[in-house]
Amino acid sequence: MYGRLPIVKMLLVTIASTAVISAVMVPINWNGQGASTAAPKIDHLLNVMIVLSSFVFSLVVVMLFYALWKFKAKPGDESDGEPIHGNTRLEIAWTLIPTIIVLFAGGYSWKVLDDLEQKDPHHLTVSVFSQQYAWSFAYPGKGYAYSQGELHVPVGEQIQFKMHAMDVIHSFWVPEWRIKKDNVPGITTTAVVTPDKVGTYQLVCTELCGFGHATMRAKVVVEPKSKFEKWVEGLDQELPEPLMDVLKEGSATNAPDLGAGGA
Amino acid sequence: MVDAIKRPGWWRGLLGAIAFGAFGFGLVLILRKISGLDPYQTEQTGYPHVIVPAITAPLGFLAGFGCFDYWLRWAAGMPTIPDDHSQHGAKSWRDYFKFNTDHKVIGVQYVVTTFIFFFIGGLMAMLIRAELAQPGTQIVEASTYNSLFSTHAVLMIFVFVIPVFAGLANYVLPLMIGAPDMAFPRLNALSFWMLPLAGLLFIGSFLCPGGAFDAGWTGYAPLSTGAPLGQSFFNLGVQFAGASSIATALNFLVTIITMRAPGMTFWRMPLLVWANLSTSLLVVAATPFIAGVQFMVLFDRALHTNFFDFAAGGDVISYQHIFWFYSHPAVYIMMLPGFGIVSEVISTHARKPIFGYRLMALALIGIVVLSYSVWAHHMFVAGMFSWLRVPMMLTTLLIAVPTGIKIFSWLGTLYFGKIHTYSTAMLFALAFIVTFTIGGISGVMLGMVPIDIHVSDTYFIVAHIHFVLFGGSVFTIFAGVYHWFPKMTGRMYDEKLGRVHFWGTLIGTWGTFIPMHWVGMDGMPRRVADYAEQFGNWNLLISCFAFMLGAIQLVFVYNMIVSWRFGPKADGNPWRANSIEWQVSSPPPIFNFDEIPRVVGGPYEFGIPGAKHAIMAGEGAEVPAGEKSVVGSSS
Repeated sequence: MYGRLPIVKMLLVTIASTAVISAVMVPINWNGQGASTAAPKIDHLLNVMIVLSSFVFSLVVVMLFYALWKFKAKPGDESDGEPIHGNTRLEIAWTLIPTIIVLFAGGYSWKVLDDLEQKDPHHLTVSVFSQQYAWSFAYPGKGYAYSQGELHVPVGEQIQFKMHAMDVIHSFWVPEWRIKKDNVPGITTTAVVTPDKVGTYQLVCTELCGFGHATMRAKVVVEPKSKFEKWVEGLDQELPEPLMDVLKEGSATNAPDLGAGGA
Repeated sequence: MVDAIKRPGWWRGLLGAIAFGAFGFGLVLILRKISGLDPYQTEQTGYPHVIVPAITAPLGFLAGFGCFDYWLRWAAGMPTIPDDHSQHGAKSWRDYFKFNTDHKVIGVQYVVTTFIFFFIGGLMAMLIRAELAQPGTQIVEASTYNSLFSTHAVLMIFVFVIPVFAGLANYVLPLMIGAPDMAFPRLNALSFWMLPLAGLLFIGSFLCPGGAFDAGWTGYAPLSTGAPLGQSFFNLGVQFAGASSIATALNFLVTIITMRAPGMTFWRMPLLVWANLSTSLLVVAATPFIAGVQFMVLFDRALHTNFFDFAAGGDVISYQHIFWFYSHPAVYIMMLPGFGIVSEVISTHARKPIFGYRLMALALIGIVVLSYSVWAHHMFVAGMFSWLRVPMMLTTLLIAVPTGIKIFSWLGTLYFGKIHTYSTAMLFALAFIVTFTIGGISGVMLGMVPIDIHVSDTYFIVAHIHFVLFGGSVFTIFAGVYHWFPKMTGRMYDEKLGRVHFWGTLIGTWGTFIPMHWVGMDGMPRRVADYAEQFGNWNLLISCFAFMLGAIQLVFVYNMIVSWRFGPKADGNPWRANSIEWQVSSPPPIFNFDEIPRVVGGPYEFGIPGAKHAIMAGEGAEVPAGEKSVVGSSS
């Protein structure tokens, strides 16, 4: 009995609407400027999802509005609709097709996730310390070079951040890098980023940490390796004792890195 | 006066609260004195002389109010007072302010009380949006702002969305299954009266030194374990709301399983009954986890138990695992009853049987099972074990499948029907389908780890949860309130005002929450009173829509109050529906049925000549051949 419906036309309208929505939405740079190798991968995944989602959305809207247009009761019509209780083939279809779509989305995400967290053997390790309401950073070198409120990293090199929270949970996010990770008291968390654009960005705390949460920011400078090395050399602050203790204990309390699914 | 204090009621309740509160207060003082401690411990997280009375005084109120009278006499071996049903049914408005065991009275008590909390929480949302209209700090300072959004969320979740569904189902469900009341009417009344106490504890925390709780509704440790006194009121309020919720769920389970009218097999239950069966299964198993984890936080604060104190060997992330093990199923606790409402409304107003009824019921059960295995998707960037992310991502994406089945089946129900859109309930149900689809889509995106890494803890999350909780749950709540308003009050509401409310709410919802996705992806974190200049214009627009959304709710309040008082009298069955609650008068008689109805068919048999769902007393229709009356049969 569903043969009575203009299925082909409805599908065409759905596809046309998908094309229009996608054409409008895909070119927009939703996540803002990208400045790491992770950014294009995440943005591309988002675009794939936008196309899939606009198809699902269009399908629902077309189905709804066609029904409202075609099957709306005339004023005064008190009769009932047709006693249709279901259609097994249709029900199987709208169970199986979405299953395939979401499993595809899941598999694709898994692959992107593994790509994002691929470790480069030649990486630079930077320690991140967060406390209410400030960020500070330690760079390897003779002892540790230490900077407060300003993070410098070289461009084009993988950085492994080892994160330590001193009081409550904070979260490390540079929107242009697309990478975010909580800093958790008592354990060391890690994130890998390869910045690929020179520039100045903002590090934003994204986990509620108290009344100063909204203003817990730090400056992030991505610069050529030579400038970076000079900057680190110029640092003359000593790593404070409590932070040094955390670094030493860090390896003992580390969450084990078990591979599957990345760091 | 002495008589007034002896009888259960407000005076004795007040006396009970004062007496029990004073007992708790005295106990703390005496014990501390004996132990040689300062009588008052006012260190930030301490205050035992406030926390203990905050536990005992509400219990004293409940005891004084009469919630335990019958049980206590029985437990103490005293002669119980034979029930004269004087606590059953409402003859005047005053009966709504008493301990009442009638599920219909309790249903109305629930809905009205929860809507009061909805409007208090909504006013907080207006303040939040006023602060966010411009970058910088104008109206409230940062710590007050943190208290505002925390209390807003807690009121909306624990004393509005979850219990308002319990209230609607309380009224409708026993009628739907042909039962004279809930299985445990006294427990039902106790469940209700715990709820305003929870709400008062949440709101009362504003009076605490240091202000109301401000660690978000999630109350992550160690921010919560070190927060000022208000946090303890959150810990305690959740206990009362949780106990209320668990007792109601048990009540629903027993009622649904044992009290269905003869002939109502599982496959003849309306989908609202299925939805509340599923919800109750979630509540009884999941809610104890949040009760437990809030006790752990309270113990860490007051007794120094160090569950989450990393310096003493506690594990910070375990808080989040336990919390979300409840709070993700809670998302479905806040949605499944709404699915049930939408099924009833759409089938009735499209004059068609629900498309794929059995698959609809199975999809509910599928969601129940899956929802226990997805909690860690809230923690993709939390620093938990990394290998937990991919399996949780896959289960999260899979839960879209049963949800999609429901969306498509509602759409399928419309086809070849006779769709009537004069009812505001139907408008909300149809708008729900589209709005909830948006919330579902952003949910699938959030389930994908790489996207979640970027947008986690941003306004994208705020947009998503408001699309599913406002565009989803609240739309279905409005649909339910409009749909059963004639049944509950015996009067019709004004459809014109209903339309104004509907269109205003729909435009307000989209206008407010759609742009939140954009600013979130572009870099605006959530839970901030202040933000970067670049988001200023969008936030101003969001605030304008939010004020409009808030203002339009006044139309709803006006419509409900005036129609309740002066609306035209409603028939028993104004929507020409099939299910049993519509076959009795509006409002129904005090014990629902003169004679228990006999169920002879499915609940949505529209368009089949002569088909009937139930045979009511005095109808004397012939039982179709081959029909057996089996109580509680589940074939």
